[in-house]
Amino acid sequence: MNCTKCPTSTRAVIGLPRHNAAFCKACFTTFVHEQVARAIKAFKMFTPEDRILVAVSGGKDSLALWHILLALGYRADALYVNLGIGAYSEESHRKVRHYADTVAASHGAKLLVHVVEQEAGAGIRELATILHRPTCSTCGTIKRYQFNRAAVEQDYDVMATGHNLDDEAARLLGNVLHWQDDYLDKQSPTLPASVEGFAKKVKPLCRLSEREIAAYAVVNRIDYIVEECPMAKGSKMILYKEVLNRLETESPGTKQRFYWGFLDKQTKPEASAESMAEKDQRTLVPCTACGQPTTAGTCSYCKMMAKAKTAAQPRA
Amino acid sequence: MLVQLSHPYRQVEIKGPKRTKELLRELNLVMEAHLVIRGDELVTEDEMLADADQIEIRPVISGGA
Repeated sequence: MNCTKCPTSTRAVIGLPRHNAAFCKACFTTFVHEQVARAIKAFKMFTPEDRILVAVSGGKDSLALWHILLALGYRADALYVNLGIGAYSEESHRKVRHYADTVAASHGAKLLVHVVEQEAGAGIRELATILHRPTCSTCGTIKRYQFNRAAVEQDYDVMATGHNLDDEAARLLGNVLHWQDDYLDKQSPTLPASVEGFAKKVKPLCRLSEREIAAYAVVNRIDYIVEECPMAKGSKMILYKEVLNRLETESPGTKQRFYWGFLDKQTKPEASAESMAEKDQRTLVPCTACGQPTTAGTCSYCKMMAKAKTAAQPRA
Repeated sequence: MLVQLSHPYRQVEIKGPKRTKELLRELNLVMEAHLVIRGDELVTEDEMLADADQIEIRPVISGGA
């Protein structure tokens, strides 16, 4: 498989069925940067003058996001929250520190660190047990709180997270399956600082799939933690992602159409509140042949039957 | 070829030569949820993998809550 963008047809390192394309390393990096730039512009996320705080975990998405924003010339610092999940947190902290020292520092970017155990007196596993809450839910509450607090207290203009197309499509599927309308409103890639004390929040990777971001990290030699968080095993989000990936394999572009279609509907409300009955009365007329309602002069049934009769007639 | 898998970490020996997509199918894995890396380079689904290759199949799905 060769790169579909290079004039010299260099060997491709990744095929993207949903874009009907394949890219070599250089063209793939350009493609990823363009997708992020388009999201930043389309959803009015931030400008080159803004100070950005990236929420990093040591995983592929957040480190790739930090890397891309720095490569695009943005002023992006990062905050790592050490959750105190034993060896997993130690390893992810080491990966983030390594990236900050070897890459981010050369761009003048700095890493902030918050250690849950130092403030709360226990890691999230222990806190979840004490509070009788699921660990992922406890983790989410702590991370949202700490990232927002750091962004507001340290005067960042915006907080950026590494949520990708798969995250958003899976979350949308979960919200639709359970009709959680209130959560649907919060699925926009840009959430404004609606009240005093809330930082503006953005998701610049929303146009890129999880696989594309992992590939970007490999191609650009970003050393991230491949191991899955031990607390996430068996989570509903992973189940939703597996289901969506099976659909994507059968029908490339499904995840994108699902999530982007939702965003389109969100930004472009229905032109009128016309009911189905009102619409039918406006658009349907009696069929010229049988009298049943149709949008055309002759209904599709009568057309089909007329065609079948013609085809079935013996040739003279 | 020696194939390294994650979640949980393990290594399996698979007979080559074989295309990437055939390797994934044999292991019952979906391309959309994995990267295939030969040495330290990504390979596409139509790439032919040889017996002597060292392959890593890296899952890309993550996330809790």
